[in-house]
Amino acid sequence: MYTQALDTHGKEPVPAAGGESAALAQRFQARVDAEDKIEPKDWMPDAYRQTLIRQISQHAHSEIVGMLPEGNWITRAPSLRRKAVLIAKVQDEGGHGMYLYSAAETLGISRAQMFEQLLSGTAKYSSIFNYPTLTWADVGAIGWLVDGAAIMNQIPICRCSYGPYARAMVRICKEESFHQRQGFEIMLTLAQGSGAQRAMAQDALNRWWWPSIMMFGPSDADSRHTAQSMRWKIKRFSNDELRQKFIDITVPQAQFLGLSIPDRELRFDPGTQHYLIGPIDWNEFHAVLKGNGPCNRERLEARRTADEAGRWVREAAAAHAVKQHRRTPQAAGGMEPEAS
Amino acid sequence: MSEDWPLYEVFIRSRSGLEHKHVGSLHAADARMAIEHARDVYTRRQEGVSLWVVRSADIIASDPEEADALFEPARDKVYRHPTFYAIPEEVKNL
Repeated sequence: MYTQALDTHGKEPVPAAGGESAALAQRFQARVDAEDKIEPKDWMPDAYRQTLIRQISQHAHSEIVGMLPEGNWITRAPSLRRKAVLIAKVQDEGGHGMYLYSAAETLGISRAQMFEQLLSGTAKYSSIFNYPTLTWADVGAIGWLVDGAAIMNQIPICRCSYGPYARAMVRICKEESFHQRQGFEIMLTLAQGSGAQRAMAQDALNRWWWPSIMMFGPSDADSRHTAQSMRWKIKRFSNDELRQKFIDITVPQAQFLGLSIPDRELRFDPGTQHYLIGPIDWNEFHAVLKGNGPCNRERLEARRTADEAGRWVREAAAAHAVKQHRRTPQAAGGMEPEAS
Repeated sequence: MSEDWPLYEVFIRSRSGLEHKHVGSLHAADARMAIEHARDVYTRRQEGVSLWVVRSADIIASDPEEADALFEPARDKVYRHPTFYAIPEEVKNL
């Protein structure tokens, strides 16, 4: 579901060294410029590889951690229909994480390494998931706003220069649109409901609006990697361009719902035909990214607990696979006994 | 850090009559788990009627560095395509 322009974290791309690698780098850039796709076994600059590993794994972690805020409401969904839909959506997020981990692995990092980075807290994930889901309306707001922002971010990545990432993203985007629509439907139902339900919807919008706006990452002036990522065609639009697009399509949707955007300075500018927003509180963004959001510790703790609690299952599955392999190697496939 | 389960490549036949097509990969302890995970990860929306899983380690791939040597010989053989041949308009059924 969710990516965020997190490209301000990590080391600066290193310029290619001289000699042979300079020639290779030149040929690589020419392929990228010609919209040719780069595949796992192709030569690529190390900085390109590292940038992608960082971005794709962060994206994967975001999907996995993103299951938590919504998973919180599965047992309390207001009807069987809503419950079935929410389970399907959360399962999709898990699937999206799997597609992305697979894509990152093609670049030479192992799944275990990525899990380790997530669980140890060294990897980043989208800051939006460090906010709590306090009411049922939050599930609606997440689908509508958070998935909406994610779609805006992700559609251009379907044309990313790196083949496996682009293909994973095509699959994800296809599944994503149901997420956003079910969220909007929840908001619409609440907005047309009782006074208390309308208030609940408004409260959810109040709390999720700014964090959703921040999902597009720092403003272009402060985004260090945008230019390089654009040259490599990993990124197609700047953070601010995508943010503006999202605002322009979302404000009329809020108006349809009869809800108000929590921004007194919001106005339509007839000259540019854009909605202009008030200043973004970047201190909050950076605080949440640094680990000081409302739920950072809780989210990581939940992942660690899941990892720990699932250990015996993984061990049992591995032991079973080895036993099966001893009996009928051909049929079982999978893990081989160590001595063989 | 624990070790990863083997990696499998997943192929789906989207409906009968069509070939299996590569869709992605996943980790599994054994072949049966690979099929079950492939069902959950890649066919949540009726994407297929049949699955193949193949251990990634068992796939032998051509080297991109050798792509020219491998595929160049076909490049100048346009006579292998029907459009290479000029046939008068009035001749039918060719």
